[in-house]
Amino acid sequence: MDSRRSTQLIRRTIALLYVGVLVLVPLVVVTWKTVSPGPSAFWKAISSDQAVTAFRLTAEIALASVALNAVFGVGLGLLITRYRFPGRRLLSALADLPLSVSPIVVGLALVLVYGPVDGWFGSTLDSAGIKIIFSLPGMILATTFVSFPLVLREVVPVLAEEGIEQEQAARVLGASAWQRFLRITLPIIRPALLYGIVLSLARSIGEYGAVLVVSGNVSGADQTQTVPLLVGERVQQLEPGAFQLAFLLIVVTVLVIVLVFLRRRENESKHSEPPAVVLDDLALSAADPAPTALALDRAASNDAASNDVALDSVAPNKGGLR
Amino acid sequence: MSTVVEPATAASPARTRAARDASGAARLGAGSGLGLGVAVLWLSLLVLIPLAAVVSRGFSGGWSGFWDNITDPSAVRALRLTVVSSLLVAAINAVMGTLLAWVLVRDTFPGKRLVDVIIDIPFALPTIVAGLVLLAVYGTDSPVGIHLLGTQRAIVLGLLFVTLPFSVRAVQPVLMALDREVEQAAACLGASPFTTFRRVVLPLLLPAIASGATLAFARAMGEYGSVLLISGGLSRTKVSSMYAYQKIENFDFPAAAATATVLLAVSLLVIVGLDQLQRAAARRG
Repeated sequence: MDSRRSTQLIRRTIALLYVGVLVLVPLVVVTWKTVSPGPSAFWKAISSDQAVTAFRLTAEIALASVALNAVFGVGLGLLITRYRFPGRRLLSALADLPLSVSPIVVGLALVLVYGPVDGWFGSTLDSAGIKIIFSLPGMILATTFVSFPLVLREVVPVLAEEGIEQEQAARVLGASAWQRFLRITLPIIRPALLYGIVLSLARSIGEYGAVLVVSGNVSGADQTQTVPLLVGERVQQLEPGAFQLAFLLIVVTVLVIVLVFLRRRENESKHSEPPAVVLDDLALSAADPAPTALALDRAASNDAASNDVALDSVAPNKGGLR
Repeated sequence: MSTVVEPATAASPARTRAARDASGAARLGAGSGLGLGVAVLWLSLLVLIPLAAVVSRGFSGGWSGFWDNITDPSAVRALRLTVVSSLLVAAINAVMGTLLAWVLVRDTFPGKRLVDVIIDIPFALPTIVAGLVLLAVYGTDSPVGIHLLGTQRAIVLGLLFVTLPFSVRAVQPVLMALDREVEQAAACLGASPFTTFRRVVLPLLLPAIASGATLAFARAMGEYGSVLLISGGLSRTKVSSMYAYQKIENFDFPAAAATATVLLAVSLLVIVGLDQLQRAAARRG
């Protein structure tokens, strides 16, 4: 018993040391380097024209790419889980690809297609007056590429397990596709969707390599410099203010992670709650001529839902970072 | 679960049932067909055509042009460094990740939840911030007295930093779902804790460990921002993505695309490998 206790202690110490040296010490050092020059240096670093423009640009890019990823993530998720068509498996495999491609490869790929000089479509677009690479659209494309699967892979497991019976019931009761989506599908996937949006937002704010390649990294009047690019420039040009900006990005990251953690814990504890009756909502508005069918279907969907919940608690955590 | 629903949905018209299979999936209609078209078009414009352009440009000088570009001595040196450090990182990640997952699942101590949370920080940090963080600790004015700027150890450290959660998060759920009675049975039959781990637990964890390590390997192969600053811009610490970026800056697109094609091939292999791993794990139940 004594030796088991000591192996346990050794294991714990190694694990804690590893995390401490790798993560905690660096974070403490960066916080210290941010705080030690004083609050006026901090304010100067984040309020310079360059920094403010970078904040605005980062926000624009992040919002645009999150919106695109949310729309296409949910759309593709529905197609993959609700329909059978040739190439379905291939499509879902391809949609995962962006996560494992090097950011530099992403940037290069976009330059080779949309670049103004010898891109496949670039010269045509350029002569039509549309500038993509070295300007905002290219940076949005690059950011959207790297965060493409984040919403999709959060909503797919939920879509695959829940809502199918309810949607069918609603269909039988005469609800249109749009009604079914708004009243049944969306409420079911809302937590997963929000979670995917948060992950995608964090990734969009922080992307460096892919955006670096397509931005041309021009600071000045017509600048294409996001916050991460500005951090990189300040470090490499030995200008002050890199740690302060980095610290802000760390704060954003930590907030996102705490959110993710809370959601994971909620997921683990919510399985004891009774399943929500999604159809109640529909029944109120649809004024359906077949009340018995509705009652039957509701009973069935409740059954199925509680079944799903039971399955859910056995399945490994779906929220993680895989 | 569909068996539970069967009696109730039998009331629905045969018309809708005919178009659906057992899992409730339907054939494409006009609206969903259009949706699929738009989604595929977007995926093509954003991902597929650009990646095809990389491969096409990589081979623009024919097979021999591609070969010349990837066998260029500095390209080879960069690729060797990238592969060796990524393999090393995957191995360390597998061991430490399993240990960390074990401690997080089986051990209890004050602050455990905090450790569980901060494990995700390195992965989620913007890569350039991760790079700056490492530079602050191990750079020229290191407060801890460890100077790694411009060394290959720094590259490995940077990669270990950003891949920290991969194995932990892969192993953790499997370990939580593991039936402890099997281990108790092994212990009752006289197996030592180590034997129990090696013969009973480890085989069950192996698919998860392998997929975590594979993900870490893939991430490490393509990493750029987090190792850029600590590399010191030296040629002995130049990984493939830095090499490709340098070629892009010099407008040497064929050389950049050739190296990018190699990295892309590795990514594809990893995805196929992971798919096989997941299927193997699913077959085993």
